[in-house]
Amino acid sequence: MSMSAGAATDTPAVGITGLHKWFGEFHVLTDINLTVGRSERIVICGPSGSGKSTLLRCINRLEDFQRGEIVVDGMLLTQDVRRVDAIRREIGMVFQQFNLFPHLTVLENCTLAPIQVRGMPKREAEQRAMHFLERVKIPEQAGKYPNQLSGGQQQRVAIARALCMSPKLMMFDEPTSALDPEMVKEVLDTMVALALDGMTMLVVTHEMTFARQVANRIVFMDAGQIIEINTPAPFFANPQHERTKLFLSQILH
Amino acid sequence: MDAPTAAAPTMNMASFAYVRTAPPAAVSPPLATAGVLAWFKDRLFSSAGSTSMTILVALLLMWSVPPLIDFLIVDATWTGSDREACLPSPTRPEIGACWPFIGDRLAYITYGSYPIALRWRVDAFFAMLTFGTAWLLWLEAPRRDIGAVYFFVVLPVASFALLHGFTPMGLVNVDTALWGGMMVTIVVAAVGIVASLPIGIVLALGRRSKMPAVRLLCTLFIEIVRGVPLITVLFMASVMLPLFLPDTWSPDKLMRALVGVALFSSAYMAEVVRAGLQSIAKGQYEAAHVLGLSYWQALRLIILPQALKVTIPNIVNSYIALFKDTTLVFVVGIFDFLKTIEAARADPKWSTSVTSATGYIFAALVYFVFCYAMSRYAGRIEKRLAAGEKQ
Repeated sequence: MSMSAGAATDTPAVGITGLHKWFGEFHVLTDINLTVGRSERIVICGPSGSGKSTLLRCINRLEDFQRGEIVVDGMLLTQDVRRVDAIRREIGMVFQQFNLFPHLTVLENCTLAPIQVRGMPKREAEQRAMHFLERVKIPEQAGKYPNQLSGGQQQRVAIARALCMSPKLMMFDEPTSALDPEMVKEVLDTMVALALDGMTMLVVTHEMTFARQVANRIVFMDAGQIIEINTPAPFFANPQHERTKLFLSQILH
Repeated sequence: MDAPTAAAPTMNMASFAYVRTAPPAAVSPPLATAGVLAWFKDRLFSSAGSTSMTILVALLLMWSVPPLIDFLIVDATWTGSDREACLPSPTRPEIGACWPFIGDRLAYITYGSYPIALRWRVDAFFAMLTFGTAWLLWLEAPRRDIGAVYFFVVLPVASFALLHGFTPMGLVNVDTALWGGMMVTIVVAAVGIVASLPIGIVLALGRRSKMPAVRLLCTLFIEIVRGVPLITVLFMASVMLPLFLPDTWSPDKLMRALVGVALFSSAYMAEVVRAGLQSIAKGQYEAAHVLGLSYWQALRLIILPQALKVTIPNIVNSYIALFKDTTLVFVVGIFDFLKTIEAARADPKWSTSVTSATGYIFAALVYFVFCYAMSRYAGRIEKRLAAGEKQ
């Protein structure tokens, strides 16, 4: 549905061409080519150490790379600090370990960047924050500190915090991997709701049910390479590459 | 679970399933684990080793405490106007502390040779300092941000005007050679405390910088200063600083010592702050950066508040060490608190066999009160931090 709509509008959300990255001698990412359309939801999966997280972290330049090109929202990613900051403002990121600021309340976590980076008046930032906290269904926790919340609640705050910056793209780096099993669903539900609203999403996860439900395309990575890209139904029903088959047989029971 | 067979599940269900239907009654603990006697038995006499330690400590206290109390209180002289009061006589063979000596020299011990008519300025400085310290240390105090500005900006300027003098406001200059006593100790400690934190933070950040030149410079400074005794730094500041400065601007003796103390304590503070910075998870930096915060914003809003909070106990420890180290300024000829006591005890007017002991015990008590107060404060903060992020 929205995939075709996204592809039709001007530039893609993210365009990656010929990306290579080395950690010292180790070739972490090999010749990555991927285009993320507007409103497209892409799930990246693969065994651990396959470079999925590193790929996300290259897109907002938490990691640098040695060769290739990344274009975010029409802006070419360079070393330039201002360019990097401009690109980061367009990308929301949710981490495996939440990374909320423990010395700030939930509300302050959400208003900090809009006030400091976007120069938004405090009152407006707080209204926005409450709006998004309602959307992730925890407005009543606004005055608490992160350590007083459960893992699932913290992760939803992290999502709200990212949304407060009105990002054009949301990246999720294994958002449910650090959660107790009974909290995974509340976070996934939040992400599904976000997808239904048309958010462009790049999600690294092992939650295959989520992938099947939400993804427009699934990217399978192994050993720093993209092995297979396909829409969910054929990806699960009829994986092409041997490594994809092996991976799916191990992860789906 | 091998007993039930597939043929008779319903029959055996009752014997294997269990559901609690009523809450269990609360039971009070056995007597032997509560109460005063149990505490004594548990803490003081739980084993042969523990019992012998208890007895040893009790003996040590019995041997040391009574004579101390005798000297400080029972046999002490409380009134008098000169040495006569503190001399032994046939009616008083045992003479304790000579407190009138301290009372008589208290003004000198507090202000040194500061002109008597102008000592109100020192009192005003003490009052302003106490106010600012209380504002900053009391965590629930209102507007602590203004308190910080008051303490780190207003107070230093006002103190300089009050103590040194500021002629446009009618405050005549008082040469620092006349300064002395507690006032100098507090000035030296306060300058060290106020200067070392910001300089220490800058040095700590520099040492973690990605720029090799900055890192090298900061590391060199920290390691050189930390590798040298304070006394050497003071001598160097006293002798070498004038060599680096133009002749026309020769700072006075106290100023040189203050620079030395500030640099010395900054190097130590840098290492304390660096430990705090290292305790902050990488994820905090990343979260700040992906929100678009710049390096300095991330530092000011996310990293430093957390890093400094966890290092408060260590920062206070450095301050305690610094407060005691200020006694060393006497080597470059400055009359700090201890040095004024040194000078006072040589006064023939109070020359007795107990004058020196009285002076030194008084000095020890005063240092102890200051340092113990700081230590208790750090302890309280530490407890609070351990209790969680409730602020």
